[in-house]
Amino acid sequence: MLVMPAPDRGILARRESIVAALRAIVPGDGVIDSEIGRRPFECDGLAMYRQLPMVVVLPSTVEQVAAILKYCHAEGIKVVPRGAGTGLSGGALPLEDGVLLGMSKFNKVLEIDYTNRCARVQPGVTNLGISNAVAHAGFYYAPDPSSQIACTIGGNVAENSGGVHCLKYGLTTNNVLGVEMVTMDGTVVRLGGKHMDAGGYDLLGLVVGSEGLLGVVTEVTVRILRKPQTARGALIGFPTVEDGGNCVAQIIAEGIIPGGIEMMDKPAIHAAEAFAKAGYPLDAQSLLIVELDGPQAECDELIATVGRIAKENNATSIRISENEEERLRFWAGRKSAFPAVGRISPDYVCMDGTVPRKKLAEVLTRIGQLGDKHGLRVANVFHAGDGNLHPLILFDANKDGELAAAEALGADILRLCVEVGGVLTGEHGVGIEKRDLMPSMFDETDLAHQLRVKCAFDPEGLLNPGKVFPQLHRCAEMGRMHVQRGAIPFPDLPRF
Amino acid sequence: MEVFKPTNAAQLKDAIAACVSNERAVDVRGLGTKSGLGRPVASSLVLDTSALKGGIDYQPEELVLSCGAATPMRDILLLLEQRAQMLAFEPPDLAPLYGGEVGGGTIGGALAANLGGPRRVKIGSARDHFLGFSAVSGRAEAFKGGGKVVKNVTGYDLPKLMAGSMGTLAVFDTVTVKVMPAPPKSRTVLAFGLTPDEAVAVLADALNSPWEVSGAAYLPAATAAHSAVDHVKNAGASVTAIRVEGTSVSVTARCEALRNALPDKAGQEELHSMRSKIFWEEVRDVRALLPADAALWRVSLAATKAPDLAAALPDSAYYFDWGGGLVWLAMADAKVAAYAEALRGAMGQGHATLMRASDAARKAVPVFEPLSAPVMALTRGLKTQFDPSGILNPGRMYEGV
Repeated sequence: MLVMPAPDRGILARRESIVAALRAIVPGDGVIDSEIGRRPFECDGLAMYRQLPMVVVLPSTVEQVAAILKYCHAEGIKVVPRGAGTGLSGGALPLEDGVLLGMSKFNKVLEIDYTNRCARVQPGVTNLGISNAVAHAGFYYAPDPSSQIACTIGGNVAENSGGVHCLKYGLTTNNVLGVEMVTMDGTVVRLGGKHMDAGGYDLLGLVVGSEGLLGVVTEVTVRILRKPQTARGALIGFPTVEDGGNCVAQIIAEGIIPGGIEMMDKPAIHAAEAFAKAGYPLDAQSLLIVELDGPQAECDELIATVGRIAKENNATSIRISENEEERLRFWAGRKSAFPAVGRISPDYVCMDGTVPRKKLAEVLTRIGQLGDKHGLRVANVFHAGDGNLHPLILFDANKDGELAAAEALGADILRLCVEVGGVLTGEHGVGIEKRDLMPSMFDETDLAHQLRVKCAFDPEGLLNPGKVFPQLHRCAEMGRMHVQRGAIPFPDLPRF
Repeated sequence: MEVFKPTNAAQLKDAIAACVSNERAVDVRGLGTKSGLGRPVASSLVLDTSALKGGIDYQPEELVLSCGAATPMRDILLLLEQRAQMLAFEPPDLAPLYGGEVGGGTIGGALAANLGGPRRVKIGSARDHFLGFSAVSGRAEAFKGGGKVVKNVTGYDLPKLMAGSMGTLAVFDTVTVKVMPAPPKSRTVLAFGLTPDEAVAVLADALNSPWEVSGAAYLPAATAAHSAVDHVKNAGASVTAIRVEGTSVSVTARCEALRNALPDKAGQEELHSMRSKIFWEEVRDVRALLPADAALWRVSLAATKAPDLAAALPDSAYYFDWGGGLVWLAMADAKVAAYAEALRGAMGQGHATLMRASDAARKAVPVFEPLSAPVMALTRGLKTQFDPSGILNPGRMYEGV
């Protein structure tokens, strides 16, 4: 069961004065304290965990963000930042005694600079909104999480979001050039900018993916790219998961980095086909969608190579897209996989781990066994190019014990990912969902060094506490070094 | 000069523990090929990590390679070449800039300095390919960060923090990097006689085209004359260079499209295979193109500001990489102190590093870009957290860091 930091009764007792102080900073309707007004903020995309925040504040300027944080810092009040609330790991789960800082009013595209290939936007602009703002000139923003219509770039920065095109185009961290952010003490910090290499420590790299624990981002400069000339897809069915996995390995071994390689297992194929009627082969044990994008001449050449590789790996069906309509139809099933699964099960939870690709078949087999053990079904979709799994655990929250079983199965699956040499999360973040599993991947010293980063940015631990790290250490205590003073012999140390 | 030379992770930890308990600052070095980069470190103790090498775990089909941090870069590049793969960030071979031999240096050093070559415009820098590590921090504690798979967002991205930290926070024991397939063909379109402003516009158009340009450089006539590639050396004019990589069919089609888009007045040429390879190695490694005895600046800035920067320092030799986003600039060592301010003023938002200069010059001006007060405070905070006694390469990047 998830344990969050115990609410501070002293803070809760001062709620009215805190609300008043926030109203002095953000006038008008930017401070929400009614229960009905706070209700929409009680959870994010990981909806099985809910908590009403103490108060919601929606600032619209960086000065307001700085003033809010400075006030909360001085008063010892916890703050949880929130973008669009589409995150799947509970990173924006409110705290009972915390201020929920919503960034939705920061929704403007500030500057588009085609010559320097970047756009400067406010954090509340949606991921797709950036691409839409530059689409007329033939550009786009590359990372494309499946929530891109709703999720915001500020949230993408917090989570280091990925998408189906990561293997070729990178995650958020590889596509962000700079941010303006406010640290917990109210200091406004600018990192990076339009230049490609920033100096000093790579604080920008540290902030991307920090899950709202280091600062509140108020502006983002992203790289924009010219749209590929063309894209061609292949839809390939295999008699076994191994064959599909081998096909992916051979495509990459032959030097091809597709824009996307998605794989689905049989339960996912059937759910998607029933929902989207995309023409998926229902007899296949695994299905691959391989998409090549880039110059026409190259795509035409390489898609034929992909077809050959598929045959060599026992493909039972191969379709190559001949036009845009056909390519999009290949994707229709995959893109609706989540709602499709939602139709065959009252509830589902989407997991997110990465494994070495050569372990795919073994991991899928063992996920099936784990599902049997917990009495639950699992459908698998994944970004096969980079080994990023999204097992969808199907359950019914209204049945006694099924939610707990789903949580336990999810934890088992993620521990399995780590056991075979992978990691707990490939793109969704740790949040609260995987927080307590962190020790399965990192030992105490590893985690202590991560917490030291937190101590440099937010030593009081007021920004988004209870997320990512299983235990909260006080930074002051961690500051001590347990090294004996004076000469230590170190007999084994080679000296010259 | 005393030297600690650990041969395994346990000894690395012992060595740093010894430094901590004796309160002795240590100069951390692998093969020492970049010891001229950064502020001079005052230390009578060297932590020689060069024995922490080998143990290569290379999995071409997973696109990952792990090894001891001091594994020589040349060993790694050779291994990758055998499987038609590469380090896509094109690590520059800077050893000769500091008097070292060609092909020196270690993978750990390349990551600690976070240097990327011409492909930066397309695929990123060393930091973008750095997946994980094990290291010992200035607290004499062994820890790891990141992972051994290409896609991972678990916890803070400590490899990013370590990339470019110049050994001031922790000393690597092992590192894991992402590798990529090496493109079978490399071709370069050359345009002659453009001004810096015209060149930046042409390069921006090329980088903004759908032709997946992986190199975009501009050499003024004086710089081009130093190239070993005949079409460049004998141009007698400035050279604007645009690289594409991929299959034969693909590069042929893309070169043609890029040539058709060039301004009418520009003379054109194409470099194929070996010539293209040599040219971009020159751009990547600097040494062939700029005077050997000069002080060197590496300036990362908004590409559109590059011509202004070049114009502001008329008696410096220079060239642009990254479509103008990177300017390499050479000037007489004696002028460094007088010109530093003008240079940093002309670049606007960006980052200028004094890559090579006399000790005196590197003491006189900030080697790395001066940081804003809030960023400096965070930088000092991180240093204190990871190396509270200030023993690892103290002052290498900034005073007191």
